Amino acid sequence: MLDLIAQVQIQDRSSGDASCVADNGFCPSWIVDNLNRYTDPLLQHVYLTIVSLAIGFAISFGLALIAHRRRWLVAPITQITGVLYTLPSIAVFFLLLPITGRGNTTAIIALVAYSLLIIFRNIIAGLDNVPAETKDAGRGMGLTDRQLLWRVELPLALPEILAGLRIAATTTVGLATLAFFAGAGGLGERIFEDIVFKSNVVTAGALAVLLAAAFDVVILIVQRAVTPWARARAS
Amino acid sequence: MTTTYAFLGEFGDALQFIFQGETTREGAEVGGSQFLDLTWEHLKLSGVSMAIACAISIPLGLWLGHIRRGSFLAISLSNVGRAVPSLALIAFFVAYLGTGFANLTLSLVLLAIPPILTNTYVSVTQVERDTVDAARGMGMTGAEIVRKVELPLALPLIFGGIRISAVNVIATATIAPLAGINTLGDPIINVSGYGDTGRLAAAICVAALAIFTELTLGAVQRAVTPAGLKLEPDTASRRMRIRFGREATT
Repeated sequence: MLDLIAQVQIQDRSSGDASCVADNGFCPSWIVDNLNRYTDPLLQHVYLTIVSLAIGFAISFGLALIAHRRRWLVAPITQITGVLYTLPSIAVFFLLLPITGRGNTTAIIALVAYSLLIIFRNIIAGLDNVPAETKDAGRGMGLTDRQLLWRVELPLALPEILAGLRIAATTTVGLATLAFFAGAGGLGERIFEDIVFKSNVVTAGALAVLLAAAFDVVILIVQRAVTPWARARAS
Repeated sequence: MTTTYAFLGEFGDALQFIFQGETTREGAEVGGSQFLDLTWEHLKLSGVSMAIACAISIPLGLWLGHIRRGSFLAISLSNVGRAVPSLALIAFFVAYLGTGFANLTLSLVLLAIPPILTNTYVSVTQVERDTVDAARGMGMTGAEIVRKVELPLALPLIFGGIRISAVNVIATATIAPLAGINTLGDPIINVSGYGDTGRLAAAICVAALAIFTELTLGAVQRAVTPAGLKLEPDTASRRMRIRFGREATT
């Protein structure tokens, strides 16, 4: 491992202001020259986050719809996803290694497991907060349970569902910085490779924070777009 | 069939590593009692960080919540906190301040503060205005209201925040060896001395420690919940609805 780090340092620091780089300093010129080193890790990071979120959302959504009809399932599902949420992802990466091997699969399973509780809880909360009068009105108009769910309950629950997705997205970006332990790359790998070099740490760290913020903003824009009534009510 | 056996075998080896330990080719004792030392270091680091984080964020959250100011700070802090990866935070401290227990503790404190502060703040602001007014009408001073009314009512949520932070700190302390502190993450970061079995053993220990912390703090959370708040939330809100004549046909 030390050999690897030494090698990376020699490679990574080939250009830019020599004295600043030798001092492990924060060197804007080095960052500008070497920004392309972070492109692939960033793309890996985006890939891990999107795939994990999509799978996590699909599973949580299914679980929430089942639990919405059969209320007694809410407690056990919350407990099981709660355990998955509690398990540190870095430990899960290594617990999964003997089963799924190194690579994206292991990282994605761990990230999905972590996101389930957050999304599930928000979907259930959103569905629970739909006013009883609104549901009654829908039933009075002759909607079936299924129509009521898709046309009344889910649209009204959207703000809370998407709020859950935003929390899950920012946490997943954060946890994906550890995905390199599972052999899935990402920005964390760059940080880990040269942890004493300020320019490297700041660049990779800032990219991770910006990525989290970007996911947050994109989902917020989607939320605004798909729930126009919320804006109408506020103004 | 062979693969199943093989993976059971790896977990079996890891358990043996935890309980009995091994001697490496260099003659160093790893696993077994050496894991106890690593666990102790892990708990010490997490405990000190959590204690400092609580000492800062609970009083601050109580005060901000009591005067009902600073909601922007309290809420956005937790959003920002979530967006900063723990690895990036620790790396930042290592790069700028260097390695060592104090620097690492500082970064873990920063990591632990947002959930506790936000939960404390939110739980105090959620105490009903009427309750606070009643307390003031009984002649309580501001400090008394905080201590005798707002704090007890806020305790369950505060402990919720402490739970989130504690589990997060325990998880993050796993990468502490990057900052030169040998916690249970040592076999994970410095694989060479331990091998794959040692790494798996460490992962099992960290996972067990996190679950144990979660369960213990959950029990504490239930214990500190005032009896009056132990009503099922569903029941409580339903009663309100019945009282205000809005109960739907169920």
